[in-house]
Amino acid sequence: MIRELRPALSLVVFFTIAMGFFLPAVFTEVAQVIFPFQARGSLITQNGQVVGSAVIGQNFTGPDWFVARPSSLTGTDAKGAAVATPYDASESGASNLAPSSAALLAAVKQRVAAWHNTYGQRPVPADAATSSGSGLDPDISLANARAQAPVVAAARHLPADRVVALVNTMAYLPALGFIGMPNVNVLRLNLALAQMKAGTNSVSSK
Amino acid sequence: MTIAGGAYIALIFVLVLGGAIPLGLYIARILQGEVRFLAPVEHGVYAVCGVDPAREMRWQDYVVALLLLSVIHLVLLYAILRLQEYLPFNPQHIGPMSPRLAFNTAASFTTNTNWQSYAPEAQISNGAQMFGLAVHMFISAAAGIAVAGAVMRAFTSSGLQTLGNFYVDLTRITLYLLLPFTIVAALLLVWSGSPQTFAPFATAHTIFGSVQKIAVGPVALQEAIKEFGTNGGGFFNANSAHPFENPTIWTNILENWLLLVIGFALPVAFGRMVGRPRQGYALYGAMAIILIAGCIGAYAAESHANPLHVAAGISAAPGNMEGKEVRFGIAASTTFNVSATGTSTGAVNSFTDSYMPLAGAVPLFMMELGEVTPGGVGSGFYTIIVFALLSVFVAGLMVGRTPEYLGKKVQAREIKLAMLSVLILTVFILVGGGFSLITTSGLASLANAGPHGLSEMLYAWTSATENNGSAMAGISADTPLLDYGLGTAMLFGRFAFMIPVIAIAGSLAAKPKLPDSSGTFPTDGALFVALLIGVIIILGGLQFLPAMTLGPLAEHFALFAGKTY
Repeated sequence: MIRELRPALSLVVFFTIAMGFFLPAVFTEVAQVIFPFQARGSLITQNGQVVGSAVIGQNFTGPDWFVARPSSLTGTDAKGAAVATPYDASESGASNLAPSSAALLAAVKQRVAAWHNTYGQRPVPADAATSSGSGLDPDISLANARAQAPVVAAARHLPADRVVALVNTMAYLPALGFIGMPNVNVLRLNLALAQMKAGTNSVSSK
Repeated sequence: MTIAGGAYIALIFVLVLGGAIPLGLYIARILQGEVRFLAPVEHGVYAVCGVDPAREMRWQDYVVALLLLSVIHLVLLYAILRLQEYLPFNPQHIGPMSPRLAFNTAASFTTNTNWQSYAPEAQISNGAQMFGLAVHMFISAAAGIAVAGAVMRAFTSSGLQTLGNFYVDLTRITLYLLLPFTIVAALLLVWSGSPQTFAPFATAHTIFGSVQKIAVGPVALQEAIKEFGTNGGGFFNANSAHPFENPTIWTNILENWLLLVIGFALPVAFGRMVGRPRQGYALYGAMAIILIAGCIGAYAAESHANPLHVAAGISAAPGNMEGKEVRFGIAASTTFNVSATGTSTGAVNSFTDSYMPLAGAVPLFMMELGEVTPGGVGSGFYTIIVFALLSVFVAGLMVGRTPEYLGKKVQAREIKLAMLSVLILTVFILVGGGFSLITTSGLASLANAGPHGLSEMLYAWTSATENNGSAMAGISADTPLLDYGLGTAMLFGRFAFMIPVIAIAGSLAAKPKLPDSSGTFPTDGALFVALLIGVIIILGGLQFLPAMTLGPLAEHFALFAGKTY
């Protein structure tokens, strides 16, 4: 037992210094040099101001934006009561409601009613009525984006076919037909949408 | 189910099973001391730390070294978590963890479980993640593989009292296996959008006029070892569902590969070390058959949307999207979670609590089998060896002959130790879970009512005892009952299993190696693989059938009859 004390203790100290300080310090330096944009969090700037991260979703709502998925994140207000804080990226998490949960069914029904109200009577894309795993899902399904496009175009007084074309240009389509799901990054899509409003004709302004 | 989903599952298994073969041969060379490209560093470590690399250890010495190192490391992590506000790299000024949560977390990361009762963004500093948790991710993984190496040597040696040197195994596995793969994988993750920075949270001013705080940190490096060492402790609360931990479908494939590949490589390494490759492939085959069946089953169950939600007006395609990310979809989500429970990783890229009842039963069942498909790094291998010994014992009973495995006679002592290690796990899961469900504190922890609540509690105790670390995450586990109870279950699940296994290895190493005779039951053919799968499912899985009936099965039938809770 005493005999093992020195090597056991020394190895713990050695590995803590080597893997806990030296390795991350050097690796972070290298990562920041090779991939400066991604290593800092893929932060997108416009006019010198950070407007979001390319891989983190934001709480776009209303008919004049492409709307993000429901997010089940909650925080506490000044009085300590629980409040919904959708897309608060200082936290993350899912609803964790069971498939047999009455609360989940009620939430789904409410989202379906709201969707029908804005986008018309048709089956609601699954991702539009369910909350994501991270609460920060940056994407919506292509079907969801295409269903929203005419309403967004009308709200912004843009030709519908141009907005649909924008969605199609920015869509991710599964590589080889099976790697990933057809989807669109909501922040990038809305950033491009905002530029269209400014009167540019191009739809490929990524 | 779609063809695209099936093709995705096939792709994962082609990459994993193909990659495991060269990696296994490489691991065999590491364990035999033939990989030397960092020899100066290696010898420097031995010199500084007072390790005599030539010293051979008896099984008792191996156990003492392993336990002592683990205890020291556990105490160090406890101290780091309690004192994190005084330590560097804490840009958010996060305060100390409570004693019981720090105990639970320290036990969790020492045992390669990575159960997380805390919300990382709010309760742990970047520094404590980096020099506390991430170091454990390397060392607990290396310790598991070291024990697997000791067990392999028991079958290569004949009449020997020793199993190798724990410190040497630990150092070599870290330097030659974990470190290089982790660095390359972490760079790929950064390239794809995973951050690696010491900056405080970023602030974004959105184009619709609000402010978004964005948690960042040294994510990529921890993410890589989290998967490769089958650890599973996420940098963020949402684990691999978080876009910073797992930004694209490509990183999802990479992470799924990383968390499975060592598990399948170790039986290949074993076959090489005993000089009989087919023996290794028999274990590899049994692991693969169970895991592939689990992945297909979970995908089939989950690609049916919730019937109540479809009736409420949502589209039936592509399936149940609650708790899932759009960039992954159904097949990539279920395959990841089943892979991470078939190994002891416990990472999730989608939330099992919201899975359809039968799909959620698959990850639970994979853990109940004892984490052998292919299990945690090292632990999966030595656990399947226990099942292999029990299989030849069962076969021996049928013909009334003393069983042998790889030329070693398997006798009463080995079988007693093997049964002891299997039963210890069952006791913790069923007694711990059952007890929690009759206490007010346990019931108050449940997030969902009805049979699903029972599933949540069963899942928690199974995950802790089997050192998995995933959760039906709605459960509120930071309570005195569950912090102390699950922490203890993790320690017993790891060490009360590992020590009998090392004792078996010591006992087998000392036996002479007998040549095969006409009466030897061949352990490298289809018959043995089928018997082994049967023993794993009957011995590992069947004891949980009553509990599974009351949880996921009851929920399934209630849900399809239109009942909610």
